[in-house]
Amino acid sequence: MSDTLRRLLRHRLFVTGLVLLGIVVTVAVLAPILAASDPNRLAMRSKFLPPSLDHPFGTDNFGRSQLSRVVWGARLSLVMGLSVVALNAVFGTLLGAVSGYFRRLDNMLMRFNDALMAFPAIILALAITAALGASMINAVIAIAVVYIPRTARIVRASVLVVRETEYVQAAVAAGAGTWRILRHHILPNSMAPLIIQLSFLFAYAVISEATLSFLGLGAPPPTPTWGNIMSEGRQYMREAPWIIAIPGVALALTVMSLNLLGDGLRDVLDPRLKVQQ
Amino acid sequence: MSLLAVQGLRTVFAAGRRETAAVDDISFSVAEREVLAVVGESGSGKSVTALSIMGLLPQPGARVAAGSVHFDGQDLLTLDERAMRRIRGKGIGMVFQEPMTALHPLFSIGNQLVETIRAHERLSVRAGRERAVAMLRKVGIAAPERRFDDYPHQLSGGMRQRVMIAIALACHPKLLIADEPTTALDVTIQSQILDLLLSLRDELGMALIIVTHNMGVVAEIADRALVMYAGRIVEEAAVEDLFDRPAHPYTRGLLASMPTLDNERRRLQAIPGLPPDPASLPPGCRFAPRCSWQVAACAGAGPALVPASSAAGHTAACLRLGEIAAS
Amino acid sequence: MSPLLQVEGLTKHFRLRRDGLRRGPAPLLRAVDEVSFTVAAGETLGLVGESGCGKSTVGRMLVRLIEPTAGRIEFLGSDLARLSPAALRRRRRDIQIIFQDPFGALNPRMTVAEIVMEPLLIHGARPDEATRARVAALLEHVGLAAHHAGRYPHQFSGGQRQRICIARALALDPKFIVCDEAVSALDISIQAQIVNLLQDLQDEFGLAYLFIAHDLSVVKHISHRVAVMYLGKLVEIADKKSLYATPRHPYTQALLAAVPITNPRDRGRKAVLIGEIPSALDPPTGCRFHTRCPHVMPVCREIEPLLEETVPGHRVACHLE
Repeated sequence: MSDTLRRLLRHRLFVTGLVLLGIVVTVAVLAPILAASDPNRLAMRSKFLPPSLDHPFGTDNFGRSQLSRVVWGARLSLVMGLSVVALNAVFGTLLGAVSGYFRRLDNMLMRFNDALMAFPAIILALAITAALGASMINAVIAIAVVYIPRTARIVRASVLVVRETEYVQAAVAAGAGTWRILRHHILPNSMAPLIIQLSFLFAYAVISEATLSFLGLGAPPPTPTWGNIMSEGRQYMREAPWIIAIPGVALALTVMSLNLLGDGLRDVLDPRLKVQQ
Repeated sequence: MSLLAVQGLRTVFAAGRRETAAVDDISFSVAEREVLAVVGESGSGKSVTALSIMGLLPQPGARVAAGSVHFDGQDLLTLDERAMRRIRGKGIGMVFQEPMTALHPLFSIGNQLVETIRAHERLSVRAGRERAVAMLRKVGIAAPERRFDDYPHQLSGGMRQRVMIAIALACHPKLLIADEPTTALDVTIQSQILDLLLSLRDELGMALIIVTHNMGVVAEIADRALVMYAGRIVEEAAVEDLFDRPAHPYTRGLLASMPTLDNERRRLQAIPGLPPDPASLPPGCRFAPRCSWQVAACAGAGPALVPASSAAGHTAACLRLGEIAAS
Repeated sequence: MSPLLQVEGLTKHFRLRRDGLRRGPAPLLRAVDEVSFTVAAGETLGLVGESGCGKSTVGRMLVRLIEPTAGRIEFLGSDLARLSPAALRRRRRDIQIIFQDPFGALNPRMTVAEIVMEPLLIHGARPDEATRARVAALLEHVGLAAHHAGRYPHQFSGGQRQRICIARALALDPKFIVCDEAVSALDISIQAQIVNLLQDLQDEFGLAYLFIAHDLSVVKHISHRVAVMYLGKLVEIADKKSLYATPRHPYTQALLAAVPITNPRDRGRKAVLIGEIPSALDPPTGCRFHTRCPHVMPVCREIEPLLEETVPGHRVACHLE
């Protein structure tokens, strides 16, 4: 296992992504310190101030400090992304593993899966949040539900392959029960594609949340998610471009860092790239 | 004047910053119409040797670091890819171990055969097809006009290997390199393929390099054999000499560990230990750690190939040949 | 004395999925058809044949990795083919299997210790000092060192991995081990080591083996009796000496003739068997070998010959007898 870690740390893209993400995470964690002023505090006399020493990221139409808002937004985006990833890891794996291992359930589960995947992702997310109401939690649920079928398919594909390996057959021949086989043999060996997928999923979740918020279906204003900030800043693009630009850049950097991480993970974990004995 | 002359070939694989030599300074030659067997177990470098000659080393990561490969007046290692492509198929043909992965699954076998023919010779489509059908017949495929349109998955392993041979020989190359051509095949089909290779050699006058780990295959068809171990040649001899008077301890060990139908010994004589890790080779003779004849001097400079018996062309790389032969 | 293992009429037919819109019943792959043989305690029965003959399927049916379509597998007083899952689980202690590919047979994410210990844990042992000691003893028994226990499979060579597989198979103290081409993927010098190891273990523990292989020379070394299969049917079975000295079935004769020679002096004396192995989806009528048999007679195309004892201890399925 440490061998994998070593190889990851030598992978330039991975390290770049890790460093960038580290910056975002640090900012998010240190939000209370970095964001000196309350992100929602109105200061009508200071509205539309461009970036300066007093207000490094400027202010918006309500005079709110953009620095505070963007920094808090980082925290919200990361928590969101992690929640979606966690939900997918649990439910996607469950669905995929059961489907891949138990032939009789496979057909039924996969048809249900296909039904969910038939909806274009954003439409489904919109539908769910429209039904449940616009809030952070509902946005998380919507995005997770959209992606779970895809995650399940990836896990299922791995499970199908691992199920046929001879070490699983050997375990069966030794009398191993289903639970033992799933826990010790199938799952540990099916994780690599899932892990790679989850890192890309994190990026997707962050962007989706921004999209939903932008469309007014994510966390309601004045919650300073990046999507909300960009949505509100859209109308002022000419007078105060920094309002929409800065969170946009932050979003792009975060997503890029996650993609780099995912690329690195894939390069290192993909068994096809391992040197043959 | 030999058809192929390999001098000081050294092929390395790069893993990160480290380079390990899979083939380390080997030299040999092949005469016209000769069948040379390159024998060795996994890790000996025999397949890498064949790939180095053909310029088919896996990229990135492997490269020829030193040496020359003279074929038909040219050093193949100095040729660029375009020039090599003209040689492949026309001057030198190659047959691989796994016929299923070497044939394109989406094209008919006839199509693949014609493609090779027309890549090297200016023939019309019809003439190309006729040549292809004739070639299929020559390699023993019954009803070749019908089988022309078959796809690889419709053929058995033995037949696919015949198709591979047909493709390799379609333009009558002077040299055929076969890398473990029978390993994946059943025993009865194996003898058919070996017989086929020999009869094609007689008919088309080509030379054959056969890479194998199976001493039985060597006994069956080789004129001469090279025994490789850990990237080096440890013995070279005419095939009768190799079997009657094996000189190098590794060759003797290989022959002794072969199960045969004749002998009644209940225990096989195994060579103890394992082949060395190419990244950490022992100093001097690479076989020494497993050798029952090992002495301190073996860890010195790697033994050179010296005459091993009175027979011409019989050399082995060992310091104690005289004593071994006498025992 | 009754044999340790008695197989009667073992059959496996695979029903393949119908090809798209074709009508008619789905094709039936007759992988194994009415195979019967016995194995005594401490004995090695070699099972040979070429690809597609069904020998691996037979081996896997004995450990019920594949469910038999029909037949009985009498082992230690019960019919393995009919045991309930719970009873089967208990019986599994006594009959184990070693596979051909040492690379695929070991879980890459488990250490050697975990791999060898798993069968013990499955059957109630606790992961304590005593169990760990047993694992160490097993590793040493197969020629590895106790300190190898903490390593992962990818750190070992093919021959060493096969030793790990053998240690795992021995963990539960079985009486019978199915060796499914256990040495076919190894280099010759390593093959010799593993064959010797298997024989030593047999002598020490009184193990019985079903040694499945396609290399007749290796089979001759390790077996006491040998059975030959062709296209799902058992065509000849005899003790080793008889089979190799006087093979009675034309297919056995062809197999023996096709064994690569071991000295260049012996070149040119073989008769090469013509034709290809037919498909098990549509086996030839009558005697399945008749399409390639040099001695084929009209009756061979019509009636399938039964396995009969022509000479004591030597059974053949051929109309020539």
